[in-house]
Amino acid sequence: MYALLSSIPYWGQTILRLLGGSVAVLLPAGTIVYLFLFKMMSFMQSRLGPMEAGPYGSMQLFAEVGKWLQKEDLMPERADKFVFKIAPLVVLSSTFLLVVVVPFGPDAWITNFEAGVFYALAVSSVSVLGILMAGWSSANKYSLLGGLRAAGQLIAYELPMILAVVGVVIQAGSMNLQNIVVAQNAGSIFGWDGVGNPYLLTQFIGFIIFMIAVQAELTQTPFDMPIAESELVSGYMTEYSGFRFLIFFIGEFATAGVFAFIASVLFLGGWGVPFSWFGWTGINDVDNWMNVGGPLIMLTKMLGLVFIIMWVRFSYPRFREDQLQRFAWKILIPVSLVNIVATSVLKVAF
Amino acid sequence: MVAQNIAFGIIAVIMVVGALRVVTVNNVVHAALWLVLVLAGAAAQYILLAAEFVAVTQVLVYIGAVMVLFLFGTMLTRAQLGKEKQLNNPTWYFGIPASLLLLGVMILALTSSFGDEKLPTDSELVSTQAISDQIFGPYLLPFWALSFVLLAAVIGAIVLARKD
Repeated sequence: MYALLSSIPYWGQTILRLLGGSVAVLLPAGTIVYLFLFKMMSFMQSRLGPMEAGPYGSMQLFAEVGKWLQKEDLMPERADKFVFKIAPLVVLSSTFLLVVVVPFGPDAWITNFEAGVFYALAVSSVSVLGILMAGWSSANKYSLLGGLRAAGQLIAYELPMILAVVGVVIQAGSMNLQNIVVAQNAGSIFGWDGVGNPYLLTQFIGFIIFMIAVQAELTQTPFDMPIAESELVSGYMTEYSGFRFLIFFIGEFATAGVFAFIASVLFLGGWGVPFSWFGWTGINDVDNWMNVGGPLIMLTKMLGLVFIIMWVRFSYPRFREDQLQRFAWKILIPVSLVNIVATSVLKVAF
Repeated sequence: MVAQNIAFGIIAVIMVVGALRVVTVNNVVHAALWLVLVLAGAAAQYILLAAEFVAVTQVLVYIGAVMVLFLFGTMLTRAQLGKEKQLNNPTWYFGIPASLLLLGVMILALTSSFGDEKLPTDSELVSTQAISDQIFGPYLLPFWALSFVLLAAVIGAIVLARKD
């Protein structure tokens, strides 16, 4: 398995991993924006969406980026200049830190962190800091309110997300994302190993809770109180323009992609195909072509999950602040605690 | 080990500068942001010691929760932009002997318990399983005691926040 990896020198591997990480953040962001935000939303609203730039508007993204780069870099006069400038970068860096632990193939990982899931949950909370910084430094009441709402919401939904993942960790017996992938694909359901044992089946409640929490963490509708455009203009992003807004925008959709990657690793079997199809028994038997096939499988699963996120986003009205908090604390957290107890009892029983 | 020593030095300098800025800067939010830098530096030091679980916990608890609540609280109540006068406690110089005393106690504790012992040059990765085996094995009783302390804090918060 490590034949391919050990033939490349360390600096070569480092360059490959940096490149792979950038692609894994930027490619999903672009795909999601074009495929879902431009096209799917338009079709759901009975319109065509962008059609002018390139065939079916496929070059629209480049036009948009060019437009943003040309815009004037506005900054409120009383803003806290340094914090204002650094806030979007904090948000985007949290996305890059997040993608580091996602495995895309038997050798195609950026780092094989032992406590991978735990790390991912920890660094995803760094983006809250950036949002609070942006909201405060804008010197604007709407921005500050948006930042505070975002912080309250993200703290509340981080808990069900962590608790939903605990079920998967108990079942796989490991916090390493690579091991979780192997445990699902090498597993079997009552002796039948035709599809492995994706935790979507056994951890269905955990999957639902995780996806709801992801929706809230991404502040996508119905959880978009922090940027509610009809009451807060656009919350903590109100004062941002040009390139800084672009960074926030990329961060939002890249994080959606990375969270979908993590969800597909945790619940849908990640990069793997059921090992019994090719007679593999463990990660050391997996053929080298999975390093190319794995990322493609991950991309497909990621697009499927983001489709659901966007579908919900375009379909539901916004929660009120009190409904949002009550939903997290009174429904999601108790249900995920029950899920943990049930999973650990069944784990010991079987 | 040389690379780790250099990294330790750089991170330590950043942490010391950050810690000094926390107490000297005259804006509450800036002070909190400098504190974030210090805590992130501590997490990086844990990584250098190959204690990844502690490092990740540091990020999750201190940066992701404590500092966010800190900023949340100050922004909700009083977080002006720009410089703020009278942010410093007028009796700040009493802090100097206290911190010197703390430094002395720390040096004494470290030298008396470790002496000339050095860190292993290739420190082995402490796995999360090993830590949990320790917590839920020999250290179960202290762990329970700690959770009762947290429970007391939670109940206290509810009592304080209830209106009736």
